[in-house]
Amino acid sequence: MNVRVQEQDFDISAEITAMRSGNPKIGAIASFVGVVRDVNDGDSVATMTLEHYPGMTEKSIAAIIEQARGRWEVLDALVVHRVGTLKPTDQIVLVIVASTHRGDAFAACEFIMDYLKTQAPFWKKELTPQGGRWVDARVTDDKAAQRWEK
Amino acid sequence: MITLLYFARLRESLGTGREELALPAAVKNLGALRVYLAQRGEAWAVEMAAGRNLRAAVNQTVATADTAVTDGDEVAFFPPVTGG
Repeated sequence: MNVRVQEQDFDISAEITAMRSGNPKIGAIASFVGVVRDVNDGDSVATMTLEHYPGMTEKSIAAIIEQARGRWEVLDALVVHRVGTLKPTDQIVLVIVASTHRGDAFAACEFIMDYLKTQAPFWKKELTPQGGRWVDARVTDDKAAQRWEK
Repeated sequence: MITLLYFARLRESLGTGREELALPAAVKNLGALRVYLAQRGEAWAVEMAAGRNLRAAVNQTVATADTAVTDGDEVAFFPPVTGG
């Protein structure tokens, strides 16, 4: 189980290779990559700057991974989240979950991402033609996280 | 003393990301601390107002108005999160 917050980019292929080479029990690996879009809420986005709460960020993501381990068979998990200034097409976040079979890997990967969006202390600021603006939290993200509570 | 941290929109509108504060004797929990900070007026009154959608953490754990605040704590105020 591993959590990293960093400015530099990540290489999904290298991360998956490292994960599966370390554990012959792994039969399925699910992954998610979040990417910066060039349009948000109807406005073009030139850059996106991510801020976080050092310390709490890592703790909260580790706690989310622990919750996922309590619900599904998770043999290994990795979350990498970038901070600093990014531009459209840049990678923002990586989640990789390894399990014995695909069902647990898919579910745990989606769960970790849904909870990360609503609980991990990151904030996005977009630069649009109108200037800088803080991105508002979305009700749809809250709903995505809530469906795991049913 | 407690350490106060402000993030994102709050950090910008309050003009600071961090301060050390001698905890007033009457302030026992997060809700009371928020009321105390709102009394500074101007941006503080706006950002710490009761109706404002504000989140907080005490010692890096999500906290609510009745969460105790004591000397030595790290208290953070921030808007709803938008990562991922």
